[in-house]
Amino acid sequence: MAIPVTINGRQQQLDVPNEMPLLWAIREAAGLTGTKYACGVAQCGACTVHLDGQPVRACVTPTSAARGRRVTTIEGLDAKGEHPLQKAWVEEQVPQCGYCQSGQIMSAAALLAAKPSPTDADIDAAMAGNICRCGTYQRIRAAIHKAAAMKKAGTR
Amino acid sequence: MNAPVDRISSAGSDASLDRPLVVVNLSRRRFLQGMSALGGLVLAVGYPSAARAQAKKYGADGMPNGWVDSPLAFVSIAEDGTVTIVCHRSEMGQGVRTGMPMIVADELEADWKRVRVAQAPGDEKKFGNQDTDGSRSTRHFFEPMRHCGAAARTMLEAAAAERWKVPVSEVEAKNHEVVHRPTGRRAGYGSLAKAAAGQPVPARETLRLKDPKQFRYIGKGQLKLVDGRDIATGKAQYGIDTRLDGMLYAVVARPPVYGGKVASFDPAEALKVPGVQRVVQIEDSPPPAHFNPVGGVAVLARNTWAAMQGRKALKITWDDGPNASYDSSAFKTSLEESARKPGKVVRNDGDFDAAVAKAARRLDAEYYVPHLAHATMEPPAATVRIANGKCEVWGGFQSPQATRDLVAKRLGMSADDVTVHVTLLGGGFGRKSKPDYAIEAAVLSKAVDGKPVKVTWTREDDLHNSYYHTVSVEHLEAGVDAQGKPVAWLHRSVAPTIISTFNPAAKNEAPFELGMGVINVPFAIPNVRIENPEAVAHTRIGWFRSVSNIPHAFAVQSFVAELAAAAGRDPKDFLLEVIGPARQVSPETLGDTWNHGESPERYPVDTGRLRRVVETAARQAGWGRKLPKGHGLGIAGHYSFVSYIAAVVEAAVDDKGQLTIPRVDIAVDCGATVNPDRVRSQMEGACVMGVGAATLGEISFKSGRVEQDNFHAYEVTRMSGAPREIRVHIIPGDYSKPMGGVGEPGVPPIPPALCNAIFAATGKRIRRLPIRDQLKV
Ligand code: FES
Ligand code: FES
Repeated sequence: MAIPVTINGRQQQLDVPNEMPLLWAIREAAGLTGTKYACGVAQCGACTVHLDGQPVRACVTPTSAARGRRVTTIEGLDAKGEHPLQKAWVEEQVPQCGYCQSGQIMSAAALLAAKPSPTDADIDAAMAGNICRCGTYQRIRAAIHKAAAMKKAGTR
Repeated sequence: MNAPVDRISSAGSDASLDRPLVVVNLSRRRFLQGMSALGGLVLAVGYPSAARAQAKKYGADGMPNGWVDSPLAFVSIAEDGTVTIVCHRSEMGQGVRTGMPMIVADELEADWKRVRVAQAPGDEKKFGNQDTDGSRSTRHFFEPMRHCGAAARTMLEAAAAERWKVPVSEVEAKNHEVVHRPTGRRAGYGSLAKAAAGQPVPARETLRLKDPKQFRYIGKGQLKLVDGRDIATGKAQYGIDTRLDGMLYAVVARPPVYGGKVASFDPAEALKVPGVQRVVQIEDSPPPAHFNPVGGVAVLARNTWAAMQGRKALKITWDDGPNASYDSSAFKTSLEESARKPGKVVRNDGDFDAAVAKAARRLDAEYYVPHLAHATMEPPAATVRIANGKCEVWGGFQSPQATRDLVAKRLGMSADDVTVHVTLLGGGFGRKSKPDYAIEAAVLSKAVDGKPVKVTWTREDDLHNSYYHTVSVEHLEAGVDAQGKPVAWLHRSVAPTIISTFNPAAKNEAPFELGMGVINVPFAIPNVRIENPEAVAHTRIGWFRSVSNIPHAFAVQSFVAELAAAAGRDPKDFLLEVIGPARQVSPETLGDTWNHGESPERYPVDTGRLRRVVETAARQAGWGRKLPKGHGLGIAGHYSFVSYIAAVVEAAVDDKGQLTIPRVDIAVDCGATVNPDRVRSQMEGACVMGVGAATLGEISFKSGRVEQDNFHAYEVTRMSGAPREIRVHIIPGDYSKPMGGVGEPGVPPIPPALCNAIFAATGKRIRRLPIRDQLKV
């Protein structure tokens, strides 16, 4: 039985077993590879997507849990790819290898949605589950602050 | 202009007749291949020995397939003016896909907005060496890339002059067009593209290179990463993202012990898992591992998840082989025993024994650094398809040509029939220099009649079957005079060598390992003895970002700080005194025959530059400033990859023993820079990786098996454990002087600087990494 899920605003029927982690359904059934695998056990945050606006680790979320719900991936964060975080990420040249960055941005987007002007402590808490092996943390922090400022100034 | 070239030979090919062809000092890999094939012989066939020394090749000349500087290989211009520049090195976060094309574009006078970057397939005959390792891309290809750009610019100018029938001396390329100076007439690059392609490629000697003052991109840092937007929007493609029609997804159960193999297996349950298509055994390759897959049983399925479920259902009995008793704590003890006995002497200045006997005081210390795994965020993954006698490979590879050669060899094909498409690498750090995962995909594709197969390593696979950073005990002794100044220095380094992965008989560190900060320490100490007792490897040892520099710098820079403390001296002043006055030291006089593959004349060890980074880091960090309670500053300076880097770490340890790192100041002298922002980002990243190695990183073995499964057990630094502020201070360089490496040398100073800071903060000396809970009270 296919599982109906709305991914990035598009209704899809995912023909996968209920227990298949949403990560693999997104990557292989829906063909959206921006969401990454790096641990499979909710340790690294590379697979972070939004489920009805809340950040979840797709690698430990069964696809059935998304039945009839809205999933947002990095590809759908902003129609033009111009979310303030995406712009700030480019501006601050955050990425090194870039592999962790979709997950970082999705975690940060959930943070900004909840707290438009996060403190450093808010950032530490919200980003604690996202590993960057290249060590871009300082720029991630700077870019989150920058995006928060952009959003506030309404310069979208 | 876009013509394929069959073969561009490297430097001085026209002089080859009077130059003896001696194959020495090849890259580590080719050299190692020669070794394993020929039992340790250096290939030097049939030429007079007297000529060998002068024929020794350095830098890019010494790398397999050298370098190419033809614009025909690297530059093409479309009639709409789009300039496509080929990047032949692999992008793994160091910014090479921005930096290399930037060099070409600058000399070409191209408008960056109209530049596209294309990734080269593995083809060293066409592009020159592509091994993206050893922190070499910029220093080896700065000149060739400038030549490419300048040659293409010259061809455009010649085409314009011809069209206008004016002397070429009257025209000049400027910002994507050629201008006729006397008349102000202009022609865009697009309109000249076809005619330029018909121009002869100018001889290298005739090229007019820019005065560095005229650089528009190089060293400026105003250009953003070419892949930045794709990464931020999820479009960037990594090896693991490859999707082909009809592709099968595979995971492999590999022997848990190095040298082990499948004794028997039963695929029945795995084949019952919905989606599983095939179970295929991969032939084991007995040690030495080289770049071969270790064998095992693969499950091929319609999706990755099904393959993983199938693998869980496999019943496999392993024959663990001779390394089944490898145990990290017992091995540590055996390394310590070796380190306390004399070993092979690899450098001997003066008379250590006599000097230490007369010394006012004798000190010693032992340092331990465990195995580490790269844990690239993207685990190894590769896809192969074989059709019509041709094989295509997709993936993130640091060594595209080796991938091509080894896949071809395993399939019994000619390398000409194998194409390696290089995707972005989700981290490399040396792991992806070894294309075992591509060979796995090739074997599996062949087993299913050439259908495309993607092999994905899980994180557990990556930690269990890596090519690990070595494990080492560093034993140091010093005799000091009445003022506490060292007059005698003994360093015994004991660690399984990377060579063991190619030749199991190897038990001593190779010249390239010794030359990473153990023998080539340029201290002003008259009596120095460096020894290297033997150590046997029980797992695959491989290159990990900055390699043996990590344990060597940790020991050396910690011990200097220990001597400073014993003498009651300021650690920074003491370090400068131990380095001694500014002078140029030949690496050869330090016993270092390797010198990171670079010429000892062009790249002497310059203690003035080492002093300067130490002084700069200290000054920028406000060395000596008043600190809150529980805070301390530590310093370390290290020379590696022909660059000089020093770090001052501020550590804060609270009353529960919780460590935080408010700030790190890093001074880097890597010569002149192409993209200063990426120098900074590499220093930042290296700093975080160094902090991770110092505080958390440990791969340990029990019964031959790695004990860590995933990031909960093999911890890497997260945001909260990373320094809150990393400030990078770049020493300005001169484009006429040789450049240094950037990707790796930022790592080694960090662990000792951090431990020195912890000592300053708490009085506790860390000699065993990782720190983990050693500070807990
Ligand atoms: S892959 Fe999901 S948290 Fe790591
Ligand atoms: S940028 Fe490479 S893992 Fe974060």
